[in-house]
Amino acid sequence: MRTPLIVLVVALAGGALAAQQAPDRTHPPQPGPPAPLKLPSIQKQKLANGLPVWIVEDHKVPVAQVNLVVFSGTANDPPGKYGVASFMAAMLEEGAGSRSALEIADAVDFLGADLGAASTIDVSAVRLHVPVARLADALPIMGDVALRPTFPRDELDRQRQQRLTSLLQGRDDPPTIAAVAFSRVLYGKGHRYGTPQMGTAETIKTFTSDDLRGYYTSAFRPENATLLAVGDFSAATVVPLFEKTFGAWKASGSAAPEKLPAAEPPAKRQIYLVDKPGAPQSQIRIGSIGAPRATPDYFPITVMNTILGGSFSSRLNNNLREVHGYTYGASSSFDMRLGAGPFAAAAGVQTDKTAEALTEFFNELNGILKPVPAEELARAKNYVALRYPSAFEATGDISRRLEDALVYHLPDDYFARYVQNIQAVTAADVQRVARTYVQPDRVVVMVVGDLKTIEPKIRALNLGTITTLTIDDVFGPKP
Amino acid sequence: MRCAAALLVAALAAPAAAQTAQPAAPPRAIHVPYTQFTLPNGLRVILHEDHSVPMVTVNMWYHVGSAREKEKRTGFAHLFEHLMFMGSGHVKPGEFDEWLEAAGGDNNGSTETDRTNYWINVPSNSLELALFLESDRMGYLLDTMTPKTVDAQRDVVKNERRQSVENRPYGTAEVVIGELLYPPAHPYHWPVIGYMDDLTAASYDDVVAFFKKFYAPSNASLVVGGDLQPAAARRLIEKWFGDVKPGAAPEPMTIPAAALTGVQKKTITDRVQLPRLYLAWITPRHFQPGDAALDVVADVLAGGKNSRLYKRLVYDMQIAQEVNAFQASAQLSSSFQIVATPRPGHTVAELQRVIDEEIQKLQREAPSAHELERAVNQIESSFYNRMERVGGFGGVADQLNAYYTYKGDPDWFDEDLSRYRALSVDDVRAAAAQFLPLGARVELTVEPEKK
Repeated sequence: MRTPLIVLVVALAGGALAAQQAPDRTHPPQPGPPAPLKLPSIQKQKLANGLPVWIVEDHKVPVAQVNLVVFSGTANDPPGKYGVASFMAAMLEEGAGSRSALEIADAVDFLGADLGAASTIDVSAVRLHVPVARLADALPIMGDVALRPTFPRDELDRQRQQRLTSLLQGRDDPPTIAAVAFSRVLYGKGHRYGTPQMGTAETIKTFTSDDLRGYYTSAFRPENATLLAVGDFSAATVVPLFEKTFGAWKASGSAAPEKLPAAEPPAKRQIYLVDKPGAPQSQIRIGSIGAPRATPDYFPITVMNTILGGSFSSRLNNNLREVHGYTYGASSSFDMRLGAGPFAAAAGVQTDKTAEALTEFFNELNGILKPVPAEELARAKNYVALRYPSAFEATGDISRRLEDALVYHLPDDYFARYVQNIQAVTAADVQRVARTYVQPDRVVVMVVGDLKTIEPKIRALNLGTITTLTIDDVFGPKP
Repeated sequence: MRCAAALLVAALAAPAAAQTAQPAAPPRAIHVPYTQFTLPNGLRVILHEDHSVPMVTVNMWYHVGSAREKEKRTGFAHLFEHLMFMGSGHVKPGEFDEWLEAAGGDNNGSTETDRTNYWINVPSNSLELALFLESDRMGYLLDTMTPKTVDAQRDVVKNERRQSVENRPYGTAEVVIGELLYPPAHPYHWPVIGYMDDLTAASYDDVVAFFKKFYAPSNASLVVGGDLQPAAARRLIEKWFGDVKPGAAPEPMTIPAAALTGVQKKTITDRVQLPRLYLAWITPRHFQPGDAALDVVADVLAGGKNSRLYKRLVYDMQIAQEVNAFQASAQLSSSFQIVATPRPGHTVAELQRVIDEEIQKLQREAPSAHELERAVNQIESSFYNRMERVGGFGGVADQLNAYYTYKGDPDWFDEDLSRYRALSVDDVRAAAAQFLPLGARVELTVEPEKK
């Protein structure tokens, strides 16, 4: 039903009052006093079985986001079984409780809900987004998917073919090839970060229902999980619904988390080339082992990376895109995980400028080691700190912040102190972390492109030892 | 709380009331409050208040896109969009982004066939900076424009094309589909990103002419949304946009007729492992009769595991890796497309046989009430999901501008949703029968390049 009483549409008469005096445009307007950061209030409770529940009431839009987060991810795949977590998660919606794959999909779609299960590096989760009026109808389906998966044999075979074909298609896409190859040479075969989360054709072909159930049993346990809920409800109304769905959940079997070995940065600069005949652009990745999320250098690294390649007016983007026009965009990032994930500078550059682009990449990687001017530092800190409120706008934004807090054990005052922690970063901090983590002489350089055209000029740069890889070296033999 | 009054999506029933067997609920209205005024120079302004986070968005739509391009100058509307970030009379090159970043702001723009949009998201205490920058490029862009600026962004745009078309698997298919659907004189014949030779030919003089013709305030609409006080925001908008000179309205477009009379069949090659089939039809413009029904046709055919094509091709027969269907709605004409990729060892011909069987079945027999309701429920949910962010692409401000531009009413949300709620199962069948003839469509196959 329409609710015209609460609809406020005020059509003002057209036309301003008087002819306008031209404003003074000689200086940009200065900001007014900043609005205070309003942080969501988190209500922390526990269900009967001990499962922690974090609730944020957000009454802007009549929707609900509910995530069951499990603190095991693809990083916990046992050696020889890389890809098992990812495959396990994909199977959760393929049969659960008394429901078939098709019944689950039909019920979820009919409610206008989004239900997804996924395993990423540090976490596995079942996530539900649904109009709040349908939450009570959607929760039992989510409960079956998260707590009672059946891993049916024929669905497993279908998923297996689906995943093998995806892996095959990955060979088409230069950014995918570059990312997979970069991680492989940086971490090697023996470290989980060196192999795609989905695994390899070799492992995907071997997984059985028992493998998937084994991983599931060790990971999906109330003592290894937390339920997050953000949306247009009160804690008092949703906790009984959660109790009904998740309160009787008990673990079986045992937990056996894998520990990751430490990864060492390369001892010297190594260049790798992957041939993609006819490619009009070369995909470049340059970087090394970065830092774990728990690093005390988190805030200085964030600011340093913003200056180097984490914003539009960053040095890499300004140089490679705006000044030279070699690319549509250049960037850098630190992928921080429970373990030390990669640091990488990246761009797709036009084939005939590949060597020139590499030179500019190294100019910027060397440049960031020098002291950063005060104005550039202030801009980077403001860019990160002042827009922080937008990280709490949508229900999905808030639930992601809560997941980070849980997975990475962030302190209770983390969000409240974020802005001041960013603003406290000094030029000396930036230089220190740049020298620690950006060592241009100890990086992997990965270039995926048309070698016939680009290789001679890359060799002439004398950057370091050059190794040529085939697509099979990167992905293993074709499935 | 102020935020409760800011975005008045009529509240749905409380969760406890939803434990009925049937989720079908009586229609609920969705309304987004706004105020509206027009400046003497013709700029239409819409304000939307939402205090849930201390951010504001400045969202500008210019009513020009690639459909206004001249022959041999394709891609120009989009190249021009890039130039809008390169400084203006009182903003040196680079300062647009630097000043916004120093204020905690983000910005972007995009070009489609029928419009070009720009948004700036900033903390609410920097609203005036955003309005200054947005007004300066509307009023004084040409003061600092040089042939060198055009050259620099020309290179960037060519790399955008390489990245999104030539170096992306199957990236050229979309370009070829437009060429096959529409005759050369129709403005949807060429891609928004343009052809390389035309990008090379674009000149500084073209920039001047395009700006004067299409970037007048009377050819734009501005939505300012978020943590603002309407009276104060209006004063700032009048201050910064009041001195922008008015311009003449662009001449109306003459659009050549476009209709397929037979099958346009073509095969192209790409650096890919698997072939792919594209079927495409010319369909009713956005918001015209048939447009909403075709969204439901797309869902019945390929939305979710239980959709007809997904279930047969991917789930039961397992001869396809993926299948998608969508109605791509636009102002001058729409297209309906079905895209399917066979599994290794299977062919596009096998997929096309099944696809055609299912299209014909849907043309003969109406879908079940359950299929229709499942589709409409998902569309209804998408309306709520689209309310969660004020700024950026697809945020509430962007949607207010879209509805204003195309329907003359910023708050056309509920009318839009009502198009779907009003559909009967036979409307869906009739749309498939009328608009998806097997004998008048594009059939494009992408084959892997031979080594």
